[in-house]
Amino acid sequence: MSTVLAARHLNKYFYDPERFRVLSDITFEVQAGEFVAIVGKSGCGKSTLLYLLSTMDTDYEGQIELAGTLLTGRSQDYLAHFRNEHLGFVFQFHFLLPEFSALQNVMLPALKLGKYSADEIEARAMAKLSMIGMADYALKPASKLSGGQQQRVAIARALINDPTLIMGDEPTGNLDKANTDNVFSIFRELASGGQTIIAVTHDPDFAAGTDRVIEMSDGLIVP
Amino acid sequence: MNLRIASQIARTHLLAKKRQTLVAMLGVTFGIAMFITMISFMQGVNQFLEDSALDASPHVRMYNEVNTQRPSLIDALRPGGFNVTYHQKPKNELARIKNGLTIADRIEREPNVLGVSPQVATQAFYNNGPIQLSGTISGVNIERENRLYNLEKRLKSGSVNALRSNPDGLIMGTTLAGKLNVATGDKVTITTPTGSTRVLRVVGTFGFGIGTIDNTKSYANLPTVQELLGKDPSYITDIHLKMSDPLLAIPFGKVLQAQYGYHTEDWATANTAILAGEKIRNMLTYVVSITLLVVAGFGIYNIMNMTVMNKIKDIAILKATGFEGHDIVAIFLLQAVFIGFSGGLLGLGIGFGLSYLLSITPFDAGGFISIKTFPVIFEPKYYVNGLLFGVITTVLAGYFPARKASHIDPVAILRG
Repeated sequence: MSTVLAARHLNKYFYDPERFRVLSDITFEVQAGEFVAIVGKSGCGKSTLLYLLSTMDTDYEGQIELAGTLLTGRSQDYLAHFRNEHLGFVFQFHFLLPEFSALQNVMLPALKLGKYSADEIEARAMAKLSMIGMADYALKPASKLSGGQQQRVAIARALINDPTLIMGDEPTGNLDKANTDNVFSIFRELASGGQTIIAVTHDPDFAAGTDRVIEMSDGLIVP
Repeated sequence: MNLRIASQIARTHLLAKKRQTLVAMLGVTFGIAMFITMISFMQGVNQFLEDSALDASPHVRMYNEVNTQRPSLIDALRPGGFNVTYHQKPKNELARIKNGLTIADRIEREPNVLGVSPQVATQAFYNNGPIQLSGTISGVNIERENRLYNLEKRLKSGSVNALRSNPDGLIMGTTLAGKLNVATGDKVTITTPTGSTRVLRVVGTFGFGIGTIDNTKSYANLPTVQELLGKDPSYITDIHLKMSDPLLAIPFGKVLQAQYGYHTEDWATANTAILAGEKIRNMLTYVVSITLLVVAGFGIYNIMNMTVMNKIKDIAILKATGFEGHDIVAIFLLQAVFIGFSGGLLGLGIGFGLSYLLSITPFDAGGFISIKTFPVIFEPKYYVNGLLFGVITTVLAGYFPARKASHIDPVAILRG
């Protein structure tokens, strides 16, 4: 098994209103194919950690290596391109572009990557949508979908570029029981297909269904 | 950078919020439309005032300046002595330009000279029954004079040809004719300062739209006036000339003065007050245009800023899913270009429409000024400038907020 993600001695501070250490000396690795849940109480720094790993927050000490590439100290544009190619995101509040149809939302990151032609991308996006059972809603504007439906489209969007790693920030945090089960089963299915997934969650049922649970408390990993 | 996808996103943004797009476009439209209307009208007024003043005056006028001041004989003999001369008799000096006709022909052959009109100008009294009015009368070769001042167009009645065929004809300023209560076909008695009298027939009336001319001046044939003054057929007092470019006339006048020894006066010296007024109006036009453009520019900036800020969450999402800073800038710049260009074009259309409406609005300026509607000029330059300004301002107004937005940290937005 190869290492997909390696975090070494991560430290992160907040400066407002005063200097405060959010993460202290976080070190861990994630292997390819693992389904990892990061759990912990509110304010323990788990979301902060995920944002560091996602490369979107670059203000930290330590080193992050993803898919064999050292990402610490890279330019914003390099990181954007890296995210596009290697990372898929599922946020708590889905964050689809409201003016675009479900299909377009899924297609956009792939169009940006430009690895396939527009027709191929559309076919691939439709395949991802049917995989999560959203094919019938492909042409509806994202703003007209229900919360659960939007979250499923967001998962399809995260999958479109066949990312090395999928990151979820409370992916079920805003969903009811039925939708939570639905979304979780999609994740579970992806994981069994060999997809590496890291999800921050405070849902014990969700965490229990994963391969490995990293528990955090006060900016430290609980051993 | 992938422009196709940026343009696709830009198009979707524009189409999704049609009303907002329209409002942004109209912001540009009104600014440009007002600018076009304003500058077309103001420049039209400037042009009209300049034309009406300069059309009626020659680019260069050559004349013999009668100056009876001369040193007394004793001063000439004993310069520097304590000489007192009382009541020196003025020298009899004629206003004639010697060899005037020859000079006129030679000047006419110079490059850039459009036309030369040698003439005899004199004071005169116009008598019609008991009414007596003073004015001036110019003896001209009417064809040459017509070439200079486009008299045919300025005639209110009669014709230029009638003067040519009638040695006793007279073309009179329209206001002067009105005061004398004469019309084309009537007779007027002319008395010159030298005392000679002659009855001439009015064969036409003209109006330059300038009170001092329409109120006092008449044209007669050159031999008629020479005869009236009791002079020979070579007697010329003034040479008027027009050039292809009025600006050339200023140095050319000085050259002529040096060459022939007669006093010359160019249009700029003769119309100093009008030119000063023109400068002030030009300044005013610039101030008003710049004010309009600055106000419009700020309006556009506000709208573009709002457009970008409304999309801040989308920008964060796009960045999170791998779009780079310059993609974000491209998306909003494309929107700005579209808004600026279409709004600008619409503005040009509305500006043109308003200018056109203004140019056909009847304007009663009284009898003096020869216009029936507001003067407006349609200069393609202003339209090009207006559109350029609209597009450039909008692009700049879109670029700065977009660049700022492209630097934001997506985490800060997505965390909420």
